[in-house]
Amino acid sequence: MDTSISTAKDENVWGGGDQQPLRASYGKLMMWFFIVSDALTFSGFLAAYGFSRFKFIETWPIADEVFTHVPFFHGNYPMYYVAFMTFILIMSSVTMVLAVDAGHHMDRKKVTFYMLLTIIGGAIFVGSQAWEWATFIKGDFGALETKGGRILQFVDIETGERVALRDFTIENPNETAVYHESSKGIWFFEGDKPSTYSLEEVKAGFLADESVTIRTEQIIEGEKKVLSREDAVAKLADAAIVVEGANLIRNEYGSRLFADFFFFITGFHGFHVFSGVAINVIIFFNVLMGTYDRRGHYEMVEKVGLYWHFVDLVWVFVFTFFYLV
Amino acid sequence: MAHEHKLSIFRGLVTFKNNQQKIWGVLLFLSIVTAIEVGLGITKPEFLMNTSFPGMKPLNWIFIILTLVKAYYIAWDFMHLRDEKASLRRVVVWTPVFLISYLVTLLLFEATYVYEIFNTTFMTWNF
Repeated sequence: MDTSISTAKDENVWGGGDQQPLRASYGKLMMWFFIVSDALTFSGFLAAYGFSRFKFIETWPIADEVFTHVPFFHGNYPMYYVAFMTFILIMSSVTMVLAVDAGHHMDRKKVTFYMLLTIIGGAIFVGSQAWEWATFIKGDFGALETKGGRILQFVDIETGERVALRDFTIENPNETAVYHESSKGIWFFEGDKPSTYSLEEVKAGFLADESVTIRTEQIIEGEKKVLSREDAVAKLADAAIVVEGANLIRNEYGSRLFADFFFFITGFHGFHVFSGVAINVIIFFNVLMGTYDRRGHYEMVEKVGLYWHFVDLVWVFVFTFFYLV
Repeated sequence: MAHEHKLSIFRGLVTFKNNQQKIWGVLLFLSIVTAIEVGLGITKPEFLMNTSFPGMKPLNWIFIILTLVKAYYIAWDFMHLRDEKASLRRVVVWTPVFLISYLVTLLLFEATYVYEIFNTTFMTWNF
């Protein structure tokens, strides 16, 4: 080992000498430290998701049936939008790596251009995720929840296609749900927001419409179990509450944990993308101002690039375990 | 900083002329893999769905393997691990791989056990 003290005035040198451990600069190595620890955090979340899923392996929602929406289009398009989001993120990873490459050639114009494209890609992704969340929270078909917390969905008895509550519910004009607002009593008490239809209205509509039956959470050979009309009428007695959309307590898609993990994991990832865009913007302006030209190297772009690729890498796993498997 | 790039992928099967070309080549490869995943996810071929080859449907195994392939190329080519020293590469890769596979194995075994308990004991959860 060379123990002599270096007098070289190179910024990238670690305190103590010219020998760079692992031949990587201090900043880059620290970025790798962060990435490894962040990867462990994300895998902790995904492993917890796997735990809950294996625990409820027979009743877990089928992702294909949950994420079926594409903006500006009606109909059933499973996965297309998420695939588009994945592609956008990979694309922005490519422009980032091109920016790093241009940085190696000290080409400020190209770095600026590619950084800008990367920022735009990131913004599109975050926007798409916001839209996904909004759609997920709003819900589509609506469902009933039983006393035991199970979700009952409605399907057409002939085709097996999903039927929305609004399609068969008979609204009762005499029944007006009044819910307790904080302005009408003790200020810190507030009731649950009433659903569009009351439980009684949904029940009445279901009993009147012979073409609708109930689908349970249980999965048999890859399909959710559909009850016969008689069983469905009997099962209806267990229903306790009308569920529309999703929140942290209950959701119309099935297992309560499903929505919790969705919000938590995609939210945490979305937060990473958001901060990645913010950091990219800062570096973008530094590039514009010529900071790295004066410094003599574009290593900062490379370090942000590492973070940005890591965000892409995590999405590849989230995509697989949340949407595909 | 490593300025020189290794330009071969697929164990030397494909060699690119310069770094930009390699980046586009890797993008093409990643897009194809994603397209295959999405295609399989939408069509769900029968023969990959019915059996439960070790623990899971074969389709799920395909998804997981393709994901790891994608992760490899993102880390190796976009994050430049291919150009780093082997020691840095090993530290970055094997530490998480060891810890994650350990955690996942434990949790999935435990979850399967909990599932058995739900199914075989006198516990009502569907009411």
